[in-house]
Amino acid sequence: MTIARATTSRRSFLGHSYSLVGVVAALVILAWTLVAILAPYVIPHSIGDIVDDDYFGPMRQGLWLGSDYLGRDMLSRVLMGARYTVGISLAAVSIACFSGVVLGMIAAVTGGWLDTCLSRFLDAMNSIPSKLFGLVVVAAVGSSIPVLILTLAVIYIPGAYRFARALAVNINTMDFITVARVRGESTAYLIGSEILPNIIRPVLADFGLRFVFIVLLLSGLSFLGLGLQPPLADWGALVRENIGGLPFAAPAVIVPSLAIASLTISVNLLIDNLPQKIRDRDA
Amino acid sequence: MSNLVEVRNLRIEAKTDAGRLVEIIKGVSLDIADGEIVALIGESGSGKTTVALSLMGYARPGCRITGGEINVSGRNMAALSEKERARLRGTDIAYVPQSAAASFNPSSTIMEQVIEVTRIHKLMPPERARQRAVELFRALSLPDPEGIGARYPHQVSGGQLQRLSAAMALISDPKLVIFDEPTTALDVTTQIDVLKAFKSVMRAGGVAGVYVSHDLAVVAQIADRIVVLKGGEVQETGTTAAILSAAQHPYTRELLAAFEPKPRQAHADADAGTKQLLRIDNVTAGYGAVRADGLPLIRAVDSVSLVVEKGRNLGVIGESGCGKSTLARVIAGIHPAAAGDIVFDGKELQRAARKRSQDQLREMQIVFQYADTALNPAKPVEDIISRPLAFYHRLDRQARSKRVDELLDMVRLPRTLRYRHPSELSGGQKQRVNFARALAANPKLIICDEITSALDTVVAAAVIELLKELQRELGLSYIFISHDLSVVEAICDEIMVMYNGERVEQITPDKLKAPTHPYSKLLFSSVPKLDPTWLDGLVRDPELVSQYGHR
Repeated sequence: MTIARATTSRRSFLGHSYSLVGVVAALVILAWTLVAILAPYVIPHSIGDIVDDDYFGPMRQGLWLGSDYLGRDMLSRVLMGARYTVGISLAAVSIACFSGVVLGMIAAVTGGWLDTCLSRFLDAMNSIPSKLFGLVVVAAVGSSIPVLILTLAVIYIPGAYRFARALAVNINTMDFITVARVRGESTAYLIGSEILPNIIRPVLADFGLRFVFIVLLLSGLSFLGLGLQPPLADWGALVRENIGGLPFAAPAVIVPSLAIASLTISVNLLIDNLPQKIRDRDA
Repeated sequence: MSNLVEVRNLRIEAKTDAGRLVEIIKGVSLDIADGEIVALIGESGSGKTTVALSLMGYARPGCRITGGEINVSGRNMAALSEKERARLRGTDIAYVPQSAAASFNPSSTIMEQVIEVTRIHKLMPPERARQRAVELFRALSLPDPEGIGARYPHQVSGGQLQRLSAAMALISDPKLVIFDEPTTALDVTTQIDVLKAFKSVMRAGGVAGVYVSHDLAVVAQIADRIVVLKGGEVQETGTTAAILSAAQHPYTRELLAAFEPKPRQAHADADAGTKQLLRIDNVTAGYGAVRADGLPLIRAVDSVSLVVEKGRNLGVIGESGCGKSTLARVIAGIHPAAAGDIVFDGKELQRAARKRSQDQLREMQIVFQYADTALNPAKPVEDIISRPLAFYHRLDRQARSKRVDELLDMVRLPRTLRYRHPSELSGGQKQRVNFARALAANPKLIICDEITSALDTVVAAAVIELLKELQRELGLSYIFISHDLSVVEAICDEIMVMYNGERVEQITPDKLKAPTHPYSKLLFSSVPKLDPTWLDGLVRDPELVSQYGHR
């Protein structure tokens, strides 16, 4: 996260100021989201069909992104891959951030033994290497989409918890929290109405960052063969199965890599350049 | 060039986040002669600190000096390059900040920091600088001048730290020293020592000074001339005596009038003062580990008893650290007492707020000193004020909206303010919203913890007037906690003096002239008067000072 620099060119619209970089990043993310939603309706070939005589075929008419190591249409596979990469990551990051942030705020507001127990337990979780944890879970219960989502979520809950708790502890010392407490407010009101609005911006930034981590971890797991199982493939899996095309500079290995890069970099740039509300009312 | 400083038609612009330019200093001109101390006085936002900083050629981030000349000993600071300015800063012009505690580096010794400027500018060898520092420590009447330099900033008191930062500024023999509200954060008893030290050192060295403050009485003691600023413009300039005795401009008169609040008229309804609203008996509270006798290790409040009668006000006064804020928190149940009883409206109260009933919580409201932190910055004023209405009174949306309007009227705020966020309000407006939220609960007792301390004199006086008015209309009682005697005097029927966690005396405002307890005597005599000769003529019992003062 960075604070928006004064040097980036910003323009204003609807009482907010935007930077160009942020708008472009948002458009890239929007495009990938649309692809993820519409993929089944627009893909020219089924992802399992072998349509090319050669493997690692070049880009040409009809096969716009060439073919993969079995001669399947790469364009269709990348478009469908977006669905899995974006969908699974989004589901996992939502679960991770929601549970982490809620637990973090509760721990900060309640304090005492609940805070200590939660913090120590989640610290312990945090100390397990993420890939190893994924490996163990997949080995134990097998790989399926729900298992992947839950595993990724569990891996990233401790981080979200720590982040939210650190923010909430600062807010918790403010006088308006004391005022609400002596008013007799419940914990639910304190965290939902007094604390959350004050930490929502960094939490959203953290959400974006964690989304990127999850995309990369999912791609990593898939690359190791622990993610989605064939013939389904997310972008990480596409890179892995076509890695043999690297010496031939096959588009089959380059395109999914570029897809991962464009999505993660865009999310990063967007959270660094979120629109800012203009407080100057006379403008 | 006859004067050390000649500022002509200074203009400074600030850029808002919408990219709009706002002129915050609109053509200020002022002169400072050699060895003269000029005070810049005005409310917050009047541009007094901005003008003072511009004498170093410095504009805060987002601000820009756009016009005019700032001549300091013949050089135009506005036109110099940053490198040339850096050479002058600390050598020719020095700066003493408001909060010395925040401007010392906690991880290195005081001596290292005091002589740092001589090292940066290669003014003198370190040995010579240390000797010079010790001389200054002595001149500023710091205790143990030889040894204090070896200590770390947290090992000395706030008043000492403020004098040390003056030593830091003076070590390079500057021609001009800028003091930015150096005593605002100090207790009155400490403020006197610091003011005396500043005054004598400046006189002895013939150093010119700029003294930024909003406290006219403090300024009267130290300044030769006073420049009154408002809205980025000079309202009035004159010698201290002239400004105090024959102020021309209405704003200056307002400042003077605000300094002496009208004394409270005698209570009309005598029968109102017969029933006890709150009684606390031998309450003890504190911090740290609980010892065998059930009392905490450090007792911030030690066996304090007090009574508040219906419709009457109790003032609690004392220096910082005397336990007055802890007492407020104990009564409100935020910091549960370790021992003692709290009886409110005839019923014994639980010590912890969360064990009290909703009605008990509603009837006793607390208003905090810093409205900045007491109002949720993420919510509009409307939501802040209407929450107690929904929570205690279960009003529906329409009734709430109507009541918010009434409450805003009550605290004299325009109704359109309800859509604003706290960050878009001034200090005084925030404190009114803070107060309106307490009123929304329909309380019987409001505990005011230093609520005017963060406000300017004029604004504070207006808030006090408002409190009195609301009391007449609503029959409230206040516990008014403050370190400012004039504020407490203006509003309270009884005044309790606290020292070191204990109640030392309880008196009525009309007997203020004759306190019996020695600490009260010291405290009351330390409040600055508008008279410029007051500080020089002040004689304090040295025994008292050594017993109760924190030198």
